Amino acid sequence: MFPYIPATEESKKKMLEDVGLNSVEDLFKDISHKVRLKGELNIPKHKSELEVSSYIKKLGKMNETTEDYTCFLGCGAYDHYIPSVVDAVISRSEYYTAYTPYQAEIAQGTLQTIFEFQSMMAGLTGMDVCNASVYDGSTAVYEAAYVAVASNRRKEVLISKSVHPEYRKVLKASLGAANIKYIEIEIKEGTTDLDDLKEKLTKDVSAVIVQSPNFFGLIEEVEEVVKESHENKSLVVMSTDPISLGLLKTPGEMGVDIAIGEAQALGIPLSFGGPYLGFITTTKALLRKVPGRLVGMTKDVDGKRGFVLTLQTREQHIRREKSISNICTNQALNATAATVYLSLMGKEGMKEVAKQNYDKAHYAHEQLISTGMFEDSWEKPFFKEFTLKYKGNLKALKEKLEENKILGGFHPKEDYQALENHLIIAVTEKRSKEEVDQLCTIVKEVE
Amino acid sequence: MYEKVIYEISSKGKKGYMLPPQDVPQYEVPEKYLRKTDNHLPEVSEREVMSHFVNISSKNYHIDKGFYPLGSCTMKYNPKINEAMARLDGLANIHPYQDEKMVQGALRLMYELQGSLGEITGMDAFTLQPAAGAHGEKTGLMLMHQYHRGRNDLKRDKIIVPDSSHGTNPASAAMTGFKIIEVPSNERGGVDIEALKNVVGDDTAGLMLTNPSTLGLFEENITEIAGIIHGAGGLLYYDGANMNAIMGYARPGDMGFDIIHLNLHKTFTTPHGGGGPGAGPVGVKEFLKEFLPVPMIDKKDETYTLRYDMENSIGKVKSFYGNFGMLIRAYTYILTMGSDGLKHVSEMAVLNANYLKENLKEYYQLPYDILCKHEFVLSGKSMKKKYGVSTMDIAKRLIDYGYHPPSVYFPLIVEEAIMIEPTETESKETLDEFIKVMITIAKEAAENPDLLHEAPHHSPVRRLDDSGAARNPILKWQDIE
Repeated sequence: MFPYIPATEESKKKMLEDVGLNSVEDLFKDISHKVRLKGELNIPKHKSELEVSSYIKKLGKMNETTEDYTCFLGCGAYDHYIPSVVDAVISRSEYYTAYTPYQAEIAQGTLQTIFEFQSMMAGLTGMDVCNASVYDGSTAVYEAAYVAVASNRRKEVLISKSVHPEYRKVLKASLGAANIKYIEIEIKEGTTDLDDLKEKLTKDVSAVIVQSPNFFGLIEEVEEVVKESHENKSLVVMSTDPISLGLLKTPGEMGVDIAIGEAQALGIPLSFGGPYLGFITTTKALLRKVPGRLVGMTKDVDGKRGFVLTLQTREQHIRREKSISNICTNQALNATAATVYLSLMGKEGMKEVAKQNYDKAHYAHEQLISTGMFEDSWEKPFFKEFTLKYKGNLKALKEKLEENKILGGFHPKEDYQALENHLIIAVTEKRSKEEVDQLCTIVKEVE
Repeated sequence: MYEKVIYEISSKGKKGYMLPPQDVPQYEVPEKYLRKTDNHLPEVSEREVMSHFVNISSKNYHIDKGFYPLGSCTMKYNPKINEAMARLDGLANIHPYQDEKMVQGALRLMYELQGSLGEITGMDAFTLQPAAGAHGEKTGLMLMHQYHRGRNDLKRDKIIVPDSSHGTNPASAAMTGFKIIEVPSNERGGVDIEALKNVVGDDTAGLMLTNPSTLGLFEENITEIAGIIHGAGGLLYYDGANMNAIMGYARPGDMGFDIIHLNLHKTFTTPHGGGGPGAGPVGVKEFLKEFLPVPMIDKKDETYTLRYDMENSIGKVKSFYGNFGMLIRAYTYILTMGSDGLKHVSEMAVLNANYLKENLKEYYQLPYDILCKHEFVLSGKSMKKKYGVSTMDIAKRLIDYGYHPPSVYFPLIVEEAIMIEPTETESKETLDEFIKVMITIAKEAAENPDLLHEAPHHSPVRRLDDSGAARNPILKWQDIE
């Protein structure tokens, strides 16, 4: 009756006999009647594949997608191009139906892929060590904060208000429960206020967390943050967009202690916000504090090269409450997607895609300003995303753009009250000059 | 066999991509912001990338290939319709910051999934945000923290866990600022009630329990345990790792649990992905609903909304709304199976486990010889004593016969533990084959222990040097370049 269950009436009967029971009901006789479910679960009975797929398709059709709309929305989730090979690889059963690689002898595919992921992400960020991934960018922030606290045993964490508001909220909730103090650094002209940072840097500050390019798309003065923080013996955590590292100075080059971020841009679909791919990279000094899994290269008994999960004594299976993190599941399949993406793009491709993002965003910025309807929120360097203040009625603009099948950008007023009438606009390599020009044409048409 | 790392097929100038020509002018990047160092990425053609990943993937064992009797990990078949649904344009290509009115289908899917999970578990409200089981645990513990704090009951800083619990339970509790108290199991594998009574008090924040336990046994005294914890003012947390065993027969919500998490990849067939992504929705009883993370998904008339105005909420646990792609797969599965199918799942998962247990207990020790749920634990203790063959040797020998080994050395309270979970998606024929192999291995252990010490003999690599890997960590290609 159920396609996923191979039992027949006859095999069931034989097995019940074998275990000495009369009926299936007897298998549950250890569950006391006090806690037994009376009657049936109140959900519909089974449905055929045909019925289910037409229903799910119907739900899908109720959504407007980035296939129908031109997407200028970003803010932590980006509409980048995904080469076909990425899905071809991660759709293979060998990757997506495999278990966590604890039995190394029969999990070399997953283990080697993670090793290559670690190599590529370390190379891209300029850091010494990368782990096998964490849930997403927002959870990477608190994992990094715990690494810092475990390393210098100070009990305060500073985070700039230019870090993604959702990341800050996740950090705040997590630290609040763990009794670690959460403090925000003010922003000035769209980037971290260095004077406010200096004022808040006390001997209790374990880590300073910044994001660059930040939530508004602006490139932060990370080296200044590193200098001030290190003088105070606080660690620096930098969240970054891996696409930007094809072009921009790396966390490693700037002396950052922990570089983290969201790697959804590397071949992972938007998928309404998840599953994405968090990464954590650190220096050698913090190696033994890295959360989650690490894959190492080694040899087997015949001297053949192989890969294993290593330094597992840090993990919760062995250390239980003394482990550094509770992370168990990671995002291995999405890490695989990113590894395939980075392999395809390679050394030159990552430079080229980063420069295309930069150029297209700067072109869009210039064109939008020249419509006369926008002004720069702050005149500061940016990468693929920028913030503008709209001079007209934002609601009318949004409606007009939607009519023309354009997702026009993100209005950050909920989290930044001062930014009434501002828009954060993302331009990836997927946007053509024609699409940008069309955006500007429509802007000019709005009253 | 293919033996290369991608960097070994890289050479300067090869490319696996092509972008449209840049159609806008070039813009100068200020010198001080430019990257100066090598990015250490390989240079490989598309054909070589595809071939490389296909070649290394063939070294993986996976559920579509064969049997995975992994206790507590619940490796069951991943229906292909789930994958197809998650890849639909309407669901894969939506941005989390689109207006609610543009994503009504997605919100409706999540709302309906919440409702189904609530009914299956007997809980009143669900959040779908946690990204994995352990993330669900952390979320659940944050809810406990917030609940006690809200009542100004500030001295509750202790979480009780049984000694058979998952390692993530104490780790999550520690990460959320709690102290951990372990209670021993009794001779029937349940919680030792007297020991529990001795440790509960006005500093108890809660108890974390897996039921059925990691020994595969249903906790006989669950209502009494709930009474003890609630009587002391604590909350009862359900680790949903073993929900696959009881669907349609019992619900944590009816057993007295206040907070639960579910591992969608264990019970609701989302694939394991070589280690993730997962999803760990958290359900609560009505009195805890106000503390759930924002946003909640609400329905008013026929419109679905994201609700943020919850002043007692613990805040956010993850950006956006959870691992949506996983939620699509799980909901597709629930619709396909329905109330009758899910009940049948648990029946067959439990029957299969008992069938294996009864047929193997003659050959391996069975520390708890009672009716089990969907998994059970054997011990290789006597085999080790008699022949010097460890559980690890047995596990590795299974690889030679084409099986993924069971979970080993867990739970920690059973010496030389071998934890087996067949799941409902295996046939009697598969189980019979497995029994035959397990018996053969038991005989080999007596007759030729070295055969097991040196296993596996037929895998892409043989036993790997773990201690060498830890002593001299090579964690990226650049470390040996």
